[in-house]
Amino acid sequence: MAVLARAPEAALEAALAALSPAPAWQVLRGPETGMVMVRGRMGGSGRAFNLGEMTVTRCAVRLGDGRIGHAYIAGRDGRRAELAAVLEATAQGAVPPSLAQALASMRAAQEAERDDRSRRAAATRVEFYGMVRMG
Amino acid sequence: MSEASLSPGFAHPVRDAQAAFRALLEAAARPGTIASLRVPAEPPPCLPPAMAAVALTLVDADTPLWIDAAAHEAAVWLRFHCGCRIVADAREAGFVFAADASALPDMATLDAGRDEYPDRGATIVLAVAGFGSGAALRLTGPGIDGERVVSVEGLAAGFVAARAANHRLFPRGVDAILVSGAHAMFLPRSTSIEEA
Amino acid sequence: MYVAVKGGEKAIENSHAFLAEVRRGPADVPALALEQIEGQLGLAVDRVMAEASLYDRRLAALAIRQAQGDLVEAAFLLRAYRTTLPRFGASLPLDTAVMAVERRVSATYKDLPGGQVLGPTYDYTHRLLDFSLEAGGETAAAPRAEAPLDAAMPHVSSLLAGEGLMRPEAPDDGREPVDITRDPPRFPADRSARLQALARGDEGFVLAMGYSTQRGYGGAHPFAGEIRYGAVTVELVPEELGFPIELGEIMVTECEMVNQFKGSRTEKPQFTRGYGLVFGHGERKAMGMALVDRALMAAELGEEAVHPAQDHEFVLSHCDNVESSGFVQHLKLPHYVDFQSELELIRRLRAEAEERLAETRREAAE
Repeated sequence: MAVLARAPEAALEAALAALSPAPAWQVLRGPETGMVMVRGRMGGSGRAFNLGEMTVTRCAVRLGDGRIGHAYIAGRDGRRAELAAVLEATAQGAVPPSLAQALASMRAAQEAERDDRSRRAAATRVEFYGMVRMG
Repeated sequence: MSEASLSPGFAHPVRDAQAAFRALLEAAARPGTIASLRVPAEPPPCLPPAMAAVALTLVDADTPLWIDAAAHEAAVWLRFHCGCRIVADAREAGFVFAADASALPDMATLDAGRDEYPDRGATIVLAVAGFGSGAALRLTGPGIDGERVVSVEGLAAGFVAARAANHRLFPRGVDAILVSGAHAMFLPRSTSIEEA
Repeated sequence: MYVAVKGGEKAIENSHAFLAEVRRGPADVPALALEQIEGQLGLAVDRVMAEASLYDRRLAALAIRQAQGDLVEAAFLLRAYRTTLPRFGASLPLDTAVMAVERRVSATYKDLPGGQVLGPTYDYTHRLLDFSLEAGGETAAAPRAEAPLDAAMPHVSSLLAGEGLMRPEAPDDGREPVDITRDPPRFPADRSARLQALARGDEGFVLAMGYSTQRGYGGAHPFAGEIRYGAVTVELVPEELGFPIELGEIMVTECEMVNQFKGSRTEKPQFTRGYGLVFGHGERKAMGMALVDRALMAAELGEEAVHPAQDHEFVLSHCDNVESSGFVQHLKLPHYVDFQSELELIRRLRAEAEERLAETRREAAE
């Protein structure tokens, strides 16, 4: 889930702590750090080529009721991957209200950051003006 | 098998895979000896534990896997833990798993590598009924001082002839790992096999 | 002849300790934290990630600290580290058209949809040393515009393509790209191999080769069609899931260089493009890469390939600084036996030459 993959560890820990009852889970795989080969497109639109790799950590867990959660997140933080997998499993089916709220605030924080970065760049947008020749 | 019944892989993924790798390496260096592998606690019921261990140790996203009908129930588990592509055509496979020894595709059709890159040949992993009884085989070749006679229970008819044909392709060829329970016997392409 | 090849362990151990002390610098100055390198030497981090071909800011910062700021050595450290990690798969190709842009400029169109966005650039700085930074002055926050940038910023090339004036990219036929980290080199190289090699190539080498094409060793007449830098989302389809998931965002720099093409027997006169894409903010590198990418297309476009930048084998075999550094630096390894044989050969040749000279003199004297 994109919003979990981008969330900082503190937000994930808080979302887990707010769950009642606290979920129990079994780790099926990982957390394991590896790489994903990032691909680009020739000219931005053509055939694919291999640009280079990035570190990625994955984890899969199973909750007591059998729901399975997966996480693949950029970087090497195993705890974040495990938390993201647990929360992803918990969010399947009926989302507990505290988790829905936590996900909404994570999404809002990520959108606010994106908006701030975009407005910082927008301040450097060139406003061309023409010189009007008089006479 | 559905995703809900997925079981974990090795208890200690790095350590166990390294131990199994080391054991397979020893087995490959001494063809015909029997290696005992670290195996996952609850492998899929349709796979011999050693076959599951070989998968966790050697199969990954870069090695397309073919599995026979008897191993089909393990497809979800294999894809999940190994991240491998499961292919319908055994000729495209890097690893060929037969949980039923009689279901092994014709060895001559498998990828034997190229003269420039003989290392790219496929590896077959074949479930047999047991070691120490059954057909007696005389092995000769690298890693064997003189000859080694082994017995394997449950090999399909034609296995010895197929290995002989494969052996003639050297340095190209297909390697074989026989598995039973938690045990494995490596028969690399360099080993010559005759009925004893 | 016996040549000692053992010994030196103690010297090597002490050399490591010497290196560690020099790396740390004066003990009364605080040690650099990785957060400081990541946050304040960001362009060095970007360059190391690009040339190591591994995107991980913190690891790159660690490598820079460990290598005392030697960026080629740092890239080497990351390349070595990456060999210890499994590869989970390959991402879906990045969609740079929906990049969250921090900078986007075009030298070919003044007015273009989305506008010219300067972003954080040294282009308009005066290159005067700023002594307020020496004094450790704090910096005010940059201003924010009231509204964010347009969500979609079409590539400049798509504007020309709309008029049929841009040679279209070969469509994606689903062919697996070459992976130069796994497939042995073949020449002429597929364009996927060329782009991968250039993306991880040494910035200095790629820049110089690009420059050579402008100076007449490549016959290029380039325009910077577009340069953009920003965040792109990386998506992977894990084998066990079968659908794409987002891993997060990475920062990349993209450059499209527009070149005139006079046409050939089969193609009309039109523009062609060279392409550059690199991890992090690396504009010089992306521009150099785009120039060299175009030069390497010479044969495909029916142009005569006579210059170094047009030679696949020359460019691809020498652009990697880990390889170049390894082969040059291996000369420091003991070559005692090789050298002894050379020494003997030289002595023998000299003795023979002196002998011949003496004989010539004798003959002349007679």
